[in-house]
Amino acid sequence: MRQLLTFIRKEFLHVFRDRKTLLMLFGLPIAQIVLFGFALSNEIKDSRIAVVDYSKDPVTTHIISKIAASDYFDIQRSLASADQLQTAFKKGNIKLAVIFPSGFGDDLMHTGNATMQVIADASDPNQATTITNYMNQIINDYNAELAKDAHQPMQIVPELQMLYNPELRGAPNFVPGVMALVLMLVCTMMTSVAIVKEKELGTMEILLVSPFKPIYIIIAKLAPNLLISVLNLFIILLLSYLFLDLPVKGSLLLLVTCSILFILTSLSIGLLLSISAKTQQAAMMGSLMGMMLPTMLLTGFLFPIENMPLALQVLSNIVPSRWYFIIVKRVMLKGLGLTSVWKEMSILSGMCLLLFAISLRKFKIRLQ
Amino acid sequence: MASVITTDKLTKRFGAFIAASELTFEVGKGEIFGFLGANGAGKTTAMRMLCGLSTPSSGKASVAGFDVYTQTEKIKRRIGYMSQKFSLYDDLTVTENIRFYAGIYGMSRPAIKTKTTQLLEELQLQQEAKTLVKELPLGWKQKLAFSVSIVHDPDIVFLDEPTGGVDPVTRRQFWDLIYAAADRGVTIFVTTHYMDEAEYCNRVSIMVDGIIAALDSPARLKEKYAAANMEDVFYQLARNAQRKAD
Amino acid sequence: MITLNNIKKTYNKGQVTAVKNISFTINPGELFGLIGPDGAGKTTLFRILTTLLLPDEGSATVAGLDIIKDYTKIRSKVGYMPGRFSLYQDLTIEENLNFFATVFGTTIKENYHLIKDIYQQIEPFKDRRAGKLSGGMKQKLALCCALIHKPAVLFLDEPTTGVDVVSRKEFWDMLKRLKQEGITILVSTPYMDEANLCDRIALIQKGTILSIDTPTAIVKAFPLELFAVRASKTHQLLKDVRAYPGTDTCFAFGDSLHVTFKTNVAETNANPRPSEGLIPYLKSKGETDATIEKIAPGIEDCFINLLKN
Repeated sequence: MRQLLTFIRKEFLHVFRDRKTLLMLFGLPIAQIVLFGFALSNEIKDSRIAVVDYSKDPVTTHIISKIAASDYFDIQRSLASADQLQTAFKKGNIKLAVIFPSGFGDDLMHTGNATMQVIADASDPNQATTITNYMNQIINDYNAELAKDAHQPMQIVPELQMLYNPELRGAPNFVPGVMALVLMLVCTMMTSVAIVKEKELGTMEILLVSPFKPIYIIIAKLAPNLLISVLNLFIILLLSYLFLDLPVKGSLLLLVTCSILFILTSLSIGLLLSISAKTQQAAMMGSLMGMMLPTMLLTGFLFPIENMPLALQVLSNIVPSRWYFIIVKRVMLKGLGLTSVWKEMSILSGMCLLLFAISLRKFKIRLQ
Repeated sequence: MASVITTDKLTKRFGAFIAASELTFEVGKGEIFGFLGANGAGKTTAMRMLCGLSTPSSGKASVAGFDVYTQTEKIKRRIGYMSQKFSLYDDLTVTENIRFYAGIYGMSRPAIKTKTTQLLEELQLQQEAKTLVKELPLGWKQKLAFSVSIVHDPDIVFLDEPTGGVDPVTRRQFWDLIYAAADRGVTIFVTTHYMDEAEYCNRVSIMVDGIIAALDSPARLKEKYAAANMEDVFYQLARNAQRKAD
Repeated sequence: MITLNNIKKTYNKGQVTAVKNISFTINPGELFGLIGPDGAGKTTLFRILTTLLLPDEGSATVAGLDIIKDYTKIRSKVGYMPGRFSLYQDLTIEENLNFFATVFGTTIKENYHLIKDIYQQIEPFKDRRAGKLSGGMKQKLALCCALIHKPAVLFLDEPTTGVDVVSRKEFWDMLKRLKQEGITILVSTPYMDEANLCDRIALIQKGTILSIDTPTAIVKAFPLELFAVRASKTHQLLKDVRAYPGTDTCFAFGDSLHVTFKTNVAETNANPRPSEGLIPYLKSKGETDATIEKIAPGIEDCFINLLKN
């Protein structure tokens, strides 16, 4: 018994003397509580929506004012006609649209029934369901108000249309998210570990003391990971197509090009990580803790970015996977082309070049 | 001289490979026994069997009066072990290391206290009692590791190449510690690559290709092989070893 | 071929001094030994000379090139075998050798004659993975990989540590043959007996050089008379000799004790020549077969003596 206690005491000493692990053990739960408790939420506020009112009568005006007053919606007044809606949805400028047909109020008075169209962008089915529920709530409230005052039953019936993902399948949302996550993790982890392994084993010393230029060492370390990641990409796309019924609606070439761009960005992050990590274990921990958490939380596929506190929204701008996620959704799900994603592509390219420049400069050609 | 280690045709097989074959020898109380051999000759395998860390494939052996097959736990209480890497915890202080190992061997609290003070005095480490081991010079670490390995007054202590890489003076001071322990009746079972250290032993065994090729006092071995020193003896025996590639 | 000028290197923001005031030169074609225990600073010096570390102070050149400015050129001219057999454990002997040959822009065939003697000993195992080799074989492979591009200078950091006696002897034989090819070789080792096999040696401890010269000259510079004392009971002998008032230092060296005596006559007024009084003293203590003879010191004796100061 005493021996057991002695050993346990020693283990405590080890843990408390290791500052880095201690930080993780206590820091991580605190960070998570703060994040999940306060910063991240599934409640979606201020969703950008469009309202198209062909009727322009007191009823529609009243409903629209209720919508405007709600915290959940932010009406983009610049869209006034249904034709503009399709572009707006494709671009992701709006998540939901409400269309009141002409003679809405009259229909309601005379027939007791009026239908209005509610169109939602269902590429994120959870989001779509949530905000259509908000909308239904508003309409039900109005229906309840009508029922109080009216002599005859009057009801507004929303006609729901889910765009891009009518069956509200989870796959269209999580497959792009998983793609971003997997490629990011694999690239950073494999690259950083591969380089640090040479350092740990001591073979890096011999490589450095040779005419072999350090840049070639880097290229040699990155090349197999690039190839494997591209292969991974094709496997994921194939599986999505075959088993999840999720084909690539847009240009495959564009998707692959952007993916390679993202892969290169992730590889350069791995390179940067390898420079500061001293052991393979540190490299792996750095990749997991340093990259997985931000990627999962700030890419936008688990928690909507628009909903986060401003600080986190700004932070998410520097997470490469956030931009890649947007590109994949637009190209794969919405079938959009280069013109719709050039902004995100340039951001990714910029990140990629910057990261490579930094890591190449900092790559240690000496042992200290 | 009472035997603290007795083996009779002790053998260890890994599949078809015979790592140690039919080892038969005895080690007496208070003896300094040198266990030599090239890398791959089977030294580590033999030591592991005697420490109770590895079950023999066949043959008999008893250590400190206990059987290596059935009483390994009792063996472990009566032996000490110092590995090549000194087996001290770098991120614990000198005192913490002593307390830990003493506790592991089941010493009582008052005994641990007395022993700690005694050790610190003997090694002249009173000033460094609260220093982290990683900040100690190599020689001090080594001496501390040895003292820690015998903190519980074992019958036998196994030393696996304890003097690797230290300077000549520290090496000899280390052997002073070994002599002192042997004088108190602790049996020393030591492996080393320094052939001059083989001369400090009462008897030496040399393993080649899994068997004991020679076992005797250094003086008699030198006579038998007409050698000027132990290095020559070793060279003659190990030169034609087959096991060079493992 | 190699020069060092006042080299100083510290770690941990100046808290730990690895080496200081190191200055010496190594001539072309020399087999130079850096002798000292762990922590003496040998590896630090090697890493500075192979341009892997920058010194805090001082300058150095290798093959006439500056280690700071011309490091790229130095890196293609030297062969380096670091302290821990840093080869690829999961590649075979042949694959490792091929890799290093290619990295240096050559092929195994081109310089085969250089490594032939050594490589032939491991060639039968050329398809075995490096991780599965014994210490001695790994060492031979590492040497081949360092030599394959015919370097002008060879840096070998503790190539014989942890390797058995037989392989160590073979390794030094190989080094002697390499010297004949005109390659300058800098070797470090903690084994004092290997010092005698070098042309010149530098004894190093705790970051400073204790002495640099040929082994013969260092031995000649030993300031005292050295005696070897023997008896059948070595351990008891150690205690007795140390207790003798005329003894200055007494160290165990295998089956004999190396003893120096006090030269200050005032301390030993009973015996103007303490060495002569030792045997009677020992006999009185029961060491009836004790013998004493004057001997020439070895490198280890010199090292111990230098450590005293």
